Amino acid sequence: MFRNLHSKIAALPMIATALFIFVGCSLWSVFYSFTSSRSLPVEKFVGFDQYIRLFKSSRWAISIENVAIYGVCSLVFSLSVGFLLAVFLDQKIRFENTFRTIFLYPFALSFIVTGLVWQWILNQNFGIQKVIQDLGFEGFELNILSNRDYAIYAIVVAGLWQGTGLVMALMLAGLRGIDEDIWKAARVDGIPAWRTYLFIVIPMMRPVFVTTLVLIAAGIVKVYDLVVALTGGGPGVSSEVPAKYVYDYMFGRGSLGQGLAASTVMLTTVLIILIPWGYMEFGERREKKKPASE
Amino acid sequence: MSSVSINDLSLSFGNVEVLKSLNLDVAEGEFLVLLGPSGCGKSTLLNCIAGLLDVSAGQIFINGKNVTWEEPKDRGIGMVFQSYALYPQMTVEKNLSFGLRVARLPKDEIRKRIDRAAEILQIQELLKRKPAALSGGQRQRVAIGRALVRDVDVFLFDEPLSNLDAKLRTDLRVELKRLHQRLGNTMIYVTHDQIEALTLADRIAIMKDGLIQQLDSPKTIYNRPDNRFVAGFIGSPGMNFIQGSLAFIDDSWFFQSRDLSVSLATYPFTQQPIEGAPVEFGLRPEHVLIGQNVADLPVQLNLDIELVEPMGADTVAWSQLSGTSFTLRVDSDTALSSGQRILAGFDPVRASVFLSDSGIRL
Amino acid sequence: MKDVKKRSLPVNSASTSSIDFTGPNGPKPKRVFSTRNIVVYGFLILAAMYYLLPLYVMVVTSLKGMPEIRMGNIFSPPMEITFEPWVKAWDSACTGLYCEGLKVGFWNSVQILIPSTVISIVIASVNGYALSFWRFKGSEIFFTILLFGAFIPYQVLIYPLVIILRETGLFSSLAGVTLVHVIFGMPILTLLFRNYFASVPVELFKAARVDGAGFWRIFGQIMLPMSLPIFIVAIIIQITGIWNDFLFGVIYAGTKNFPMTVQLNNIVNSTQGVKEYNVNMAATLLTAALPLFVYFVSGKLFVRGIAAGAVKG
Repeated sequence: MFRNLHSKIAALPMIATALFIFVGCSLWSVFYSFTSSRSLPVEKFVGFDQYIRLFKSSRWAISIENVAIYGVCSLVFSLSVGFLLAVFLDQKIRFENTFRTIFLYPFALSFIVTGLVWQWILNQNFGIQKVIQDLGFEGFELNILSNRDYAIYAIVVAGLWQGTGLVMALMLAGLRGIDEDIWKAARVDGIPAWRTYLFIVIPMMRPVFVTTLVLIAAGIVKVYDLVVALTGGGPGVSSEVPAKYVYDYMFGRGSLGQGLAASTVMLTTVLIILIPWGYMEFGERREKKKPASE
Repeated sequence: MSSVSINDLSLSFGNVEVLKSLNLDVAEGEFLVLLGPSGCGKSTLLNCIAGLLDVSAGQIFINGKNVTWEEPKDRGIGMVFQSYALYPQMTVEKNLSFGLRVARLPKDEIRKRIDRAAEILQIQELLKRKPAALSGGQRQRVAIGRALVRDVDVFLFDEPLSNLDAKLRTDLRVELKRLHQRLGNTMIYVTHDQIEALTLADRIAIMKDGLIQQLDSPKTIYNRPDNRFVAGFIGSPGMNFIQGSLAFIDDSWFFQSRDLSVSLATYPFTQQPIEGAPVEFGLRPEHVLIGQNVADLPVQLNLDIELVEPMGADTVAWSQLSGTSFTLRVDSDTALSSGQRILAGFDPVRASVFLSDSGIRL
Repeated sequence: MKDVKKRSLPVNSASTSSIDFTGPNGPKPKRVFSTRNIVVYGFLILAAMYYLLPLYVMVVTSLKGMPEIRMGNIFSPPMEITFEPWVKAWDSACTGLYCEGLKVGFWNSVQILIPSTVISIVIASVNGYALSFWRFKGSEIFFTILLFGAFIPYQVLIYPLVIILRETGLFSSLAGVTLVHVIFGMPILTLLFRNYFASVPVELFKAARVDGAGFWRIFGQIMLPMSLPIFIVAIIIQITGIWNDFLFGVIYAGTKNFPMTVQLNNIVNSTQGVKEYNVNMAATLLTAALPLFVYFVSGKLFVRGIAAGAVKG
């Protein structure tokens, strides 16, 4: 008990955070998601009523659909574009640092700033639409912010602008981690560069891809600020996302139980992503500990 | 005809000259070792031969063909790397065949080559395994196999044994020598390990600062080093160097230093000696003898033993001569102890004399 | 050494005589406009334009007057440069209720940023040090929970935290939002410091123990002085993360204490009045200024920071 006493005292904030905040508060939220709490938490249990209401809600359905669109597009484009950018930067080019700085700076900006800039660029009266129409293409239309079907794609474009640099940086670090001799061996073997990337380098970078994937996925579930700044969830509720649903029901509409039920669904989704990944990571580490026998 | 020819090859990275107008000819079937300290340019030279580095000036010929601008795959070479560089996600078989499949060789030809390589290297049972499941020695065998299936005339080795432990290194060294005997290919081998160089090579090229210091058979390199650098680099424990000068007395040349005067009447001078020139007199520790044999030797001297290092097979004794430390290597059965005074002797024919300023052998 | 050079060239004329010395010599000629170069640089330049465009649009818009904005297009450079939008954004832009500009939010953000950064880094560095050198029973379990905490959607935790802060009287205060930042910064920072201290040779620690130094003395006199770079990385992560936060600010800080991002959003997305796009863009740039400054100054360390900080999501 008193062994490493100083260490235990020093770790108290961490222990408190881990137990009371991350475990305790999560359990609290799950617990109260089964109650009929409105503005304030009450212990009146209604079973799965909040969940049934949630999955009957058209706004929630739209939120889920939107986060799915945002998620798939983000994953596909940020992984492919990020990897491609990293590959091009890895070609021993000139001005590599300049390019890298340019690709990465949006990541230093907040989602609010990102959302507002793109709101301005996509503005239907003054933005890109107007510029291209002024060039003589009068039929050109790009008013995706006021279009119910496309508003979510504006969020995708802005999100990619902000986040692809990170993927690029992670992939570049991964590429630089590949043994130089592998490239030499492939050249001696006469394997073209694109095949070397496809069949040798990408398989070798599997851990980098998995980590990046998990990071992007965790970010996708949390997307909130960007929507608030860019579309406010509109037009109507056409670009709503789950995180915003939770916030609005908890604080805006005084329907705490509903918000908590939605947040519990989010938590479950994250756990579904996270647990296989954690299992893989730790499973692999255990495997690595066994040295290859001579 | 020579198998690999390097003609006035230079390579600079920015302002740093890594290779300086280098010339080298490797005969067909020869085992040539490039040996030198790190940063001497030996690996760079090998990479230039392989086509992995673009040269700044000069030409490279392989089998009489000018390959200076050719891609590595078109040069007729196979290469083995220090870190093995196996493709980790592929089985051994795929590793061996990947280049051949990309080159669209017929399936049965690929099969034939893999079988032959696997048979030569004794890796038949490993073909279905992935590199991660192999030991270091097995991985290096597969890496050699990848060069083997390319069916080329010239093999390039870039410190292939450096990642292995001492025991395995010795085993694989012997295997490599056997492989060379069996295949008869030209092999160019880079290493910083002088034992590897001495045991494997037909000829050794000792490099320093982007230049070849000496290119000769291991025996010549060891016994008649061309300059002070080569003499000091090869041999362990290293050659003894005694500072002194040359004197011409009674129609005969002498080496003179504080504690030692040696007649060089029998010494095979390669250059005209200069009277009074400051020189270093080099003598390998094992060429200094003690005991009964001393009586017949032209030079005899008394040495105070300061330290004795038993090495197992033999014993190294440390002493002082003309103000520098002086080692001798004797049979381990010889009873020696520190503080003892002994009579030792040597034959100047086996010595090497170098000019102090330029380091050139006289 | 000149002579050595000459002698080192092997004379092997018998074998070289059969070689034809004409043909390729020296470096392989490279064309500047090879297909490969055009593809590589073309792609990179196009991508760079996509990334730079919004920044450019922000800057030119913020320097234009409203009449020019209404007439022209967003890409054209300003005909008449005016700094009025910047002054207005800082001093008197309206958030719907108040017309005090961004300066209030700026100072709120500063007041949140400094204590949050300092406290979270102090706690996390000690944690990381304890986890690397002073493991106790269960320390790894707590750490694993903490790490998984980094992935929990904030939405699950925000309401319970509201209750905790309300009970402790910290709700709607700068102290409250600071505490929340400390809590949510802990997983990633602890991971960062733990990984760093894990790379410190354990012999150093053992030698200090043999010399009789204890927990705090080893931390203060041996570990701290050698970990400046990782502290800078941590500071970068925290400055950009906390400055850019919106959610915690809007929930826990209270109307009086809204940080800059929240005020910015309120200014730009307020439904009242005529939209002043130039002021909006000036305000956006003002909010982005600090993280951009940190980014351009810190360079490589920033990359290292985000690689670690990315876990924060």
